Amino acid sequence: MELWFTEKHTDNVNFSIKVDRQVYSGQSEFQRIDIFDSLEFGRFLTLDGYMMLTEKDEFIYHEMIVHVPMNVLPHVKKVLVIGGGDGGAVRELVRYPEIERIDLVEIDEQVVEVCKKYLPQTAGKLDDPRVSVHYADGLKFVRSRKEEYDLIIVDSTDPFGPGEGLFTREFYGNCFKALTETGAMVNQHESPFYPVDAVAMQRAHKRIIDSFPISRVYQAHIPTYPSGHWLFGFASKKYHPVEDYHAAGWSARGFRTKYYNDKIHVGAFALPNYVKELLEEME
Amino acid sequence: MTSLSQERAPVLEALNRYKSMRVVPFDVPGHKRGKGNRELTEFLGEKCLTVDVNSMKPLDNLCHPVSVIKDAEALAAKAFHAKHAFFMVNGTTSAVQTMVLSACKRGEKIIMPRNVHRSAINALILSGAIPVYVNPGVNHELGISLGMALADVEQAILENPDAKAVLVNNPTYYGVCSNLKAITDLAHQHNMLVLADEAHGTHFYFGGGLPASAMSAGADMAAVSMHKSGGSLTQSSLLLVNGLSEGYVRQIINLTQTTSGSYLLISSLDISRRNLALRGKSIFQKVAEMAEYARSEINEIGGYYAFSRELINGDSIYDFDRTKLSVHTLDIGLAGIEVYDLLRDEYDIQIEFGDIGNVLAYISIGDRVLDLERLVSALSEIKRRFAKDKAGMLSQEYIRPQVILGPQEAFYAESESTPIKESLGRICSEFVMCYPPGIPVLAPGEKVTEEALEYIQYAKEKGCFLTGTQDSLVNHIQTVKE
Repeated sequence: MELWFTEKHTDNVNFSIKVDRQVYSGQSEFQRIDIFDSLEFGRFLTLDGYMMLTEKDEFIYHEMIVHVPMNVLPHVKKVLVIGGGDGGAVRELVRYPEIERIDLVEIDEQVVEVCKKYLPQTAGKLDDPRVSVHYADGLKFVRSRKEEYDLIIVDSTDPFGPGEGLFTREFYGNCFKALTETGAMVNQHESPFYPVDAVAMQRAHKRIIDSFPISRVYQAHIPTYPSGHWLFGFASKKYHPVEDYHAAGWSARGFRTKYYNDKIHVGAFALPNYVKELLEEME
Repeated sequence: MTSLSQERAPVLEALNRYKSMRVVPFDVPGHKRGKGNRELTEFLGEKCLTVDVNSMKPLDNLCHPVSVIKDAEALAAKAFHAKHAFFMVNGTTSAVQTMVLSACKRGEKIIMPRNVHRSAINALILSGAIPVYVNPGVNHELGISLGMALADVEQAILENPDAKAVLVNNPTYYGVCSNLKAITDLAHQHNMLVLADEAHGTHFYFGGGLPASAMSAGADMAAVSMHKSGGSLTQSSLLLVNGLSEGYVRQIINLTQTTSGSYLLISSLDISRRNLALRGKSIFQKVAEMAEYARSEINEIGGYYAFSRELINGDSIYDFDRTKLSVHTLDIGLAGIEVYDLLRDEYDIQIEFGDIGNVLAYISIGDRVLDLERLVSALSEIKRRFAKDKAGMLSQEYIRPQVILGPQEAFYAESESTPIKESLGRICSEFVMCYPPGIPVLAPGEKVTEEALEYIQYAKEKGCFLTGTQDSLVNHIQTVKE
């Protein structure tokens, strides 16, 4: 038997993983949710047929979206995670004892339920007492918050479907308002490689630089996302992601990580020329 | 005709039958089902082009319907509780004009509020009828003009017993309704016809908890924009008739209507009527709920006022259409038109219109709560980023028109281009209006007043799109030669 999961990365490029078996399939109010087992990438989650995470490579995304800001911002006590119903970002956050509260805002309750059941590797820490899960539209949730969070992590799907409101100017502006005066926002920033993704990436960048005084982009290599070359945004009111980085602080923690380290932190902000050009076009 | 059920769509069915016959076209239109215009077919789709066809026996003829269009119109009449319904393909403008032209001949009077759409006054230019304006009154806090107070209509009727008709907006652009039933009864007692401009009221025929429709109030004619809340294609509309002869109204329609009525528009009316008749009630229930939700969220932001039924005062706001999402913006120090521009330029959100003090977002069955969240959040951001002191903001006032000449006489009079600053006191021979909403500041035959000039100047400064004049920049206006 040959059973393959295929995602179109462009009209002319397919990405396929051989599936051992389908573990779950369901349709929520917002999207179709599927979980598969594969030999190469372990268990993986897709939403509306788009790859969200695999057990094999999710560490890259989740370490990079959490440890980068956590080692720039001092005194992070209150964190808001928007999206991220798989729990991967929360898993990395709860490693920091100084964090007192984490609000996770996920629009789709069914995603959280399914991940808790089938993906304990990422969802295992959602029951941490510091974590509150809110099932709400992220754009709506953040609208009424003012100077409340030290860090906002936007762990969204793509800029179409239920996540599209999280790529808008009004959303980034609302996040700015919801952050404390030294706060920062980190977001999933799409890929610079294929033109369709690059346009979304540029639009997001334009909207973020219009909303925040400091806005830098960093990269990571994520094998199962389109082109494998993925970007994150670091938008901040006060702290610069490289100049204010505390390498010694990170070493002192003694955390074991598989991707993130002090050299990666600085190096991730060094971008290829073509990416720099795409970003500068918007600046 | 045997009575058809509302589940039928006679024009749609006829077009499908016609398509399946694969008739060879040696008639117009010349694109021949799209084959002669590849680029257009690629853009609009083959399905669309194959039904862009000419009138013919199996498809009936809009100018003189005898078969499927006749059946479809009968179904529409039934769905809207009218004696007859006409399918209109030149916009609700043509329906309003037909109402006026059917009711009034040259020199005859028609009573109407001044906040009518330009199409109504255009009809006066065509017919030569003379307007008797009723001051619709203004809510000073919001700067919106309202419905007509019953006593004001009565006074106009008593002062002009020879008037032939009363025209009523049901509702206004903002959703304000007059007491249509009482106005209708009063007008009928004085042998006047009642014409309703229901460009913004299609859903009244299908909603629970919505204001009374013109036909239910006993009005004689109503112009209904199916393409707004009804979901049909732009430019398609219905003219409903209760009290007049169908044949005479048809003659009036045919004075100006195309003889090549578009089957895209006609079928969209047929399909939309079916949809509304079968599902309208639940559709508009959902729309009203979405509007209510957005209103409460916007009012939560503070500074904005999304108004609704609390304005009802039993007279000039006899009822209010709660599917409308109108928001007063002056308290955050921004004109409605400024918020309208910011929403588009900064947030990629296009709303229906902004005027001096308000914006109107049009909510329909096509909307998703997801998108409402964007609108609300963007308004919240606009307040945070752009709010100013409200000092110096002009509120919209009712500009009392001084009608010196009939619209037709003034429009066709010998006129000259006059610098706007020198036009004070002269008789205007053209329209000046902001579009949208398309309610004239000055209409042909009216005296140019100080307040009108001040309003035009302010609207220009705030970035309203002024139109109606020969001079596209509105630095000159045409006035009657003295």
